[in-house]
Amino acid sequence: MNFSGLLAQLFAIALALAAAPLLTGWVNQCRAWLQSRSAPPLLQPYYMLHKLFNKDVVLAHGASDLFRFAPFIVFGCMVLACAIIPSLSTDLPFAPSADTIALVGVFGLARIFISLAAMDIGTSFGSLGSRREMLVGFLAEPALLMVIFTTALISQSTSVATIVETLAHREFIIYPSLAFAGIAFTFVSLAENARVPVDNPATHLELTMIHEAMVLEYSGRHLALIEWAASLKLYAYSCLGLALFFPWGIAAGDSFLGLLAAVPLLAFKLAVGGFLLAVIETVNAKMRIFRAPEFLGTAFLLAVLGLLVRLLLETRV
Amino acid sequence: MNAAIPLTAQLINLFAAVILLLAFAMLAQRRVLPLINLFALQGLTLAASTIVAAVSTGQHHLYWSAGLTLLLKAALLPWILHRLVRRLHVKWEVESLINVPTTMLVGIGLVIIAFNVALPISQLSDTITRGTLGIALAVVMLAFLMMITRTKAIPQVVGFLAMENGLFLAATSATYGMPMVVELGIALDVLVGAIILGVFFFQIRDQFDSLDIRHMERLKDN
Repeated sequence: MNFSGLLAQLFAIALALAAAPLLTGWVNQCRAWLQSRSAPPLLQPYYMLHKLFNKDVVLAHGASDLFRFAPFIVFGCMVLACAIIPSLSTDLPFAPSADTIALVGVFGLARIFISLAAMDIGTSFGSLGSRREMLVGFLAEPALLMVIFTTALISQSTSVATIVETLAHREFIIYPSLAFAGIAFTFVSLAENARVPVDNPATHLELTMIHEAMVLEYSGRHLALIEWAASLKLYAYSCLGLALFFPWGIAAGDSFLGLLAAVPLLAFKLAVGGFLLAVIETVNAKMRIFRAPEFLGTAFLLAVLGLLVRLLLETRV
Repeated sequence: MNAAIPLTAQLINLFAAVILLLAFAMLAQRRVLPLINLFALQGLTLAASTIVAAVSTGQHHLYWSAGLTLLLKAALLPWILHRLVRRLHVKWEVESLINVPTTMLVGIGLVIIAFNVALPISQLSDTITRGTLGIALAVVMLAFLMMITRTKAIPQVVGFLAMENGLFLAATSATYGMPMVVELGIALDVLVGAIILGVFFFQIRDQFDSLDIRHMERLKDN
């Protein structure tokens, strides 16, 4: 582990922590514009976090230790995910610690803990939300794995850094399989980040909410950590999507200039991605929870098709 | 490994993949009008892929087949179908015998079979488009599946026409297209078929007050 690699790693984590709420704010602002509402300020998520960190924590009577520790575990998982996913450079000392399959596991760990914490209190909303979350999660995970296997087949490795290096620093080739995988990944990230066709991040209507139902009982700094973790998750998924499907501009070596040049490019790509997310959320209606398996089944199917097309078209004897 | 594939072949592969994607989208589509639009889009993609094949190989008759595909499958047939739907007032949801996710799973199985069957065959061919033979076969089988699982007449006809798309793709990918005479004959057959089936629709509706094919399983008067 060299010094500049460590520096790049710390810089990437710091950027993720600082920029994730900004991305959420940007998406919310775009959504408001598209729905012709007056938009909240871009920095609204920071105000929210500041407010929540200064508030006292109110715990339910039956809350066990699990309920108190879960926000920290979820937050830690998301920071780890942001550290592994190459957003600025592929020279990350943390990256060998977990490949893409372990990355899916990290997301799974966070999901399990937040669901357990929601059931821990014993309110009906909590267990309802966690059951729905598990339904969505167990359908989204295989689809995500299939997407990752498609990219792993191209680069012959499951390490995220190697995949991105292979995809970014090669001559330009059209991969039809990546088109399938890209659509499937979009479906999965909409479902995983509690976005509109599957869940609505802005609702507190009991019939529809999934993620919000689980965190209803949280307050104060615990809620702040959970909100921050949700922003980090959106940031991590966006960076993963950009790294897999639009990897151009991610610095390869340990050059500091390349790292600095990658920052505005990443900001630009995230801004475009956030706007597209807002467009998707505006033109689609939220579907019934019972349609979610079909939605995620389609994602799984597209990912498998990508894998098959990869095997048929792109491997020559 | 991949560097050996020229750009035109990559484009053809991409278009073939899009055609396969559209075949699945048609399989999953529940409404009649979007189904017809998807079919038109498939015809358009097919024409584009044929044009790319024509440019890369310099085969002149492929331009003609691309033009014919564009005119017939992307414009004329969707227009006829749209007109039929308007005249018959059938904008309802398409009923399907088995539910959509199961159909999709069966579809995946068909794709795997088609790819496996086509792999040894396509290695005999020396065209640059040979890789798409498996996709063509898969499109044919998916269209077949659509004809089997749908109970209404119009989706069945769309399935029939989509099957012809798959056959056309297979011909282009294996041998750079059939002779012009054969192609013209098939195009005319499809057109006449669509028109005759359109007349049939009116007859079926007059007879049974519905376009549900299941009514035709009992043909005895009782």
